[in-house]
Amino acid sequence: MLKQQGWIVPVVGALALLALPAVLTPYTQELVVKIAIYAVFALSLELLVGVTGLVSLGHAAFLGIGAYVTVLAAGDSGGSIPRVAALAVLAAAAYGVFVGALSLRTKGVYFIMVTLAFAQMAYFVFHDTKIAGGSDGLFLYAKPSLGALNLDDKQHLYFTVMVTLIATYALLALLMRSRFGHALAGIRVNEQRMRAAGFATFGYKLAAFVIAAALAGLAGFLLAVKDGAVNPELLSWHESGAVLLMLILGGIGSLRGAVIGAIAFTLLKELFQLDALLGPLAAHWQLTLGFTIIGFVALLPKGLIGLRARLAGVGARAGAQHG
Amino acid sequence: MAELLRATSLTRRFGGLTAVDGVSLALHVGEVHAVIGTNGAGKSTLINMLSGELPASSGRIELEGTDIGAWSQPRRARAGVGRSYQRTTIFPAFSVLENCRLSAQAAQPRAWALWQSAQRCAHSTEAARQALDAAGLADHAARPAGLLSHGGQRQLEIAMCLATKPRVLLLDEPLAGMGAEETGRMLALLAELKRSHAVLLVEHDMDAVFRIADRITVMVNGAVIASDLPERIRSNPEVQVAYLGEAH
Amino acid sequence: MDLPIFLVQCLNAVQYGLLLFLVASGLTLIFGIMGVINLAHGSFYMIGAYLAFVLAPYFGEWYLTKLLVGVALSAVFGFVLEWLFFSFLYQREHLQQVLMTYALILVFEEARSLLVGNDVHGVVTPEWLAGGFQLGGLMSYPWYRVFASVACVLIALGLYFVVNRTRLGMMIRAGASNRDMARGLGLDIKLLYRIVFAGGVALAALAGMIAAPLSSVYPGMGGSVLIICFVVVVIGGIGSITGALIASLLVGFVDTFGKVFFAEYSGVGVYLLMAVVLVWRPEGLMKRAY
Repeated sequence: MLKQQGWIVPVVGALALLALPAVLTPYTQELVVKIAIYAVFALSLELLVGVTGLVSLGHAAFLGIGAYVTVLAAGDSGGSIPRVAALAVLAAAAYGVFVGALSLRTKGVYFIMVTLAFAQMAYFVFHDTKIAGGSDGLFLYAKPSLGALNLDDKQHLYFTVMVTLIATYALLALLMRSRFGHALAGIRVNEQRMRAAGFATFGYKLAAFVIAAALAGLAGFLLAVKDGAVNPELLSWHESGAVLLMLILGGIGSLRGAVIGAIAFTLLKELFQLDALLGPLAAHWQLTLGFTIIGFVALLPKGLIGLRARLAGVGARAGAQHG
Repeated sequence: MAELLRATSLTRRFGGLTAVDGVSLALHVGEVHAVIGTNGAGKSTLINMLSGELPASSGRIELEGTDIGAWSQPRRARAGVGRSYQRTTIFPAFSVLENCRLSAQAAQPRAWALWQSAQRCAHSTEAARQALDAAGLADHAARPAGLLSHGGQRQLEIAMCLATKPRVLLLDEPLAGMGAEETGRMLALLAELKRSHAVLLVEHDMDAVFRIADRITVMVNGAVIASDLPERIRSNPEVQVAYLGEAH
Repeated sequence: MDLPIFLVQCLNAVQYGLLLFLVASGLTLIFGIMGVINLAHGSFYMIGAYLAFVLAPYFGEWYLTKLLVGVALSAVFGFVLEWLFFSFLYQREHLQQVLMTYALILVFEEARSLLVGNDVHGVVTPEWLAGGFQLGGLMSYPWYRVFASVACVLIALGLYFVVNRTRLGMMIRAGASNRDMARGLGLDIKLLYRIVFAGGVALAALAGMIAAPLSSVYPGMGGSVLIICFVVVVIGGIGSITGALIASLLVGFVDTFGKVFFAEYSGVGVYLLMAVVLVWRPEGLMKRAY
């Protein structure tokens, strides 16, 4: 439900994002682009975890497939943006249909394990076989373009990524307030009750799974274009774990939380690797990250958004609403 | 009185245990058919088989003559078999109206229309309002369902069932945990509902059962030991020994 | 493929499957009884392997003693870990368990990196297990692999005995089927969980120790074994030790023969097996669908 103040913050945020390049250094601009791409990735998982209640530990597979297909489809000339992006999204969605149809036959812990396993399967395909350069990965020799829009240009890339982020956010917001979105929310709270009312819940869950996969594939397209290269580690379970972390950092249950989580996670990672701040511990930033996660989940299970609500004195109910 | 649902020799086995043993019954419009029995008699398993949550090991279930034994629960629900649960299965964070509206939405064909806001869906909102009126919860429409009293939540449980416009009502202990006044209200609701629905009532509250039921089936250890009019059940010696004697 | 090679591959498959079973049985026990999904379980395997490497200079030829000491150390470690960390996870929802145990992996990996570094190490097989026996013509099958398989079988039998024939096992099974009732009957559930957890850790670490001379000791070994274990548990059914055994052997065969026949794509074989099981029996092979 979009309350009155519910959409002001995202709109202001969107406008700020678009105006940002005027004040950013090239390094920071690239960082912002990276964060924005991960925000799209996190938003795609929010649909699964936050809205539908399906904890997937294999979401990186779709990011990676989108990225790899981008490179393969761009070929030597770069190709047109709509065609390459569409192929990336469709490939990710296709794998999403396969994984979803099988893994949704399971629930709870099984589902977590099965999604992880299928992501690992995709990882092995890209890592072991000659389809795509093996463990070294592939290079994107020429970036896609559309008329005057050339993704090789940093400014063009920035705006394309920002527009994609805004469009993804808007699409998901629309979806959440639709009948479909409400049905997903009902399934999250009590799937049995939804079935008793007459909802064919498997179909709904599969649809959510495939949409989430497609959006992750879109993020993969952007990532491949930004980095100019792809490697199998994009599909690793560390990547899948990282995006789940982003959600819990920001707060599960809201689109804003996904974006905040992506920002927080990326910044934390950068922070923990700063020699200036952590000295010798910087090389072992995963240790710091590990303890931070444990502390976070233990003390702030509702994420940063929950922290704000707690400080504002609003009760736990705030976490149950979508915003 | 039209017969809507008929179960013939329903049996359910769990490994070596037979939870339901050859149970047959029929539900008619205008009738409250109560199923009573001690704990472990198989009542919950029976209702789960009728609603479609549990497949039967053997036996037939017919909805107006059509064999629905292989139908999934959602399919049966859309065909008019509604059920309420023993433990409250409302959505506490949603408003009372939204609880019913969401239930009613199941009948809506165009789930993929993303651009339409769910709140503005006239069809499901109207069905929800009707259900809330019938259940007497119209005044509480905007409240978060979790804030209702226990009795209110049990009423909402029924309302959510009504919102799907069922013809058969499978009610699993709707009176659980209710005080005298709330029970009275619920029984009045059931009396009203039975005029246009076929009602199956699984209950433990004997006084309530004898007040409202038109027919009573008694189950012991998964099998039916008697199925008759309430007065005859009351005086049936087997029933007294097996059930009523123990309960009081 | 001629007979000796076929036999060797079968033996390899069984040996791999049995090692997998040790790790998977710990995982399925911990999940079946305490309801905790533990991503760090693979780390225990890694810890076992690195323990074998670290302890090697002190024990030389006293291989079995080294294994026993390693098991004891792992069990104590598991006991303490349950007490300090895992006991707080039982009430939490799955997502939080996933993230907490994922964080634990990061901590373990970095701790290992700090203590022992990131190099790949070899562990030498003891003299009395070196060499192999002839299998027709040019093939020789290493004694150590036989030892590994036999050790796993003995441990599996021991596990079966403990779970099905001892009081402890009875308590474990009671705790698995009805936690509250078991507590009501006076079982010290906390202590029971701690023991089970320690046992699970010890099993995984022992598997790592036994595997060390075979597969060498390297940083990523925890991750790969973990995911395969998940596949085993999904195929076998959560909580079922018999299921874990059958599934482990199945996985062992698919993986070993997959490598022989499909080379590049062999890594995919195990997951396709899981896919088939999901289509046919989503709750696992041994979980009886009522």
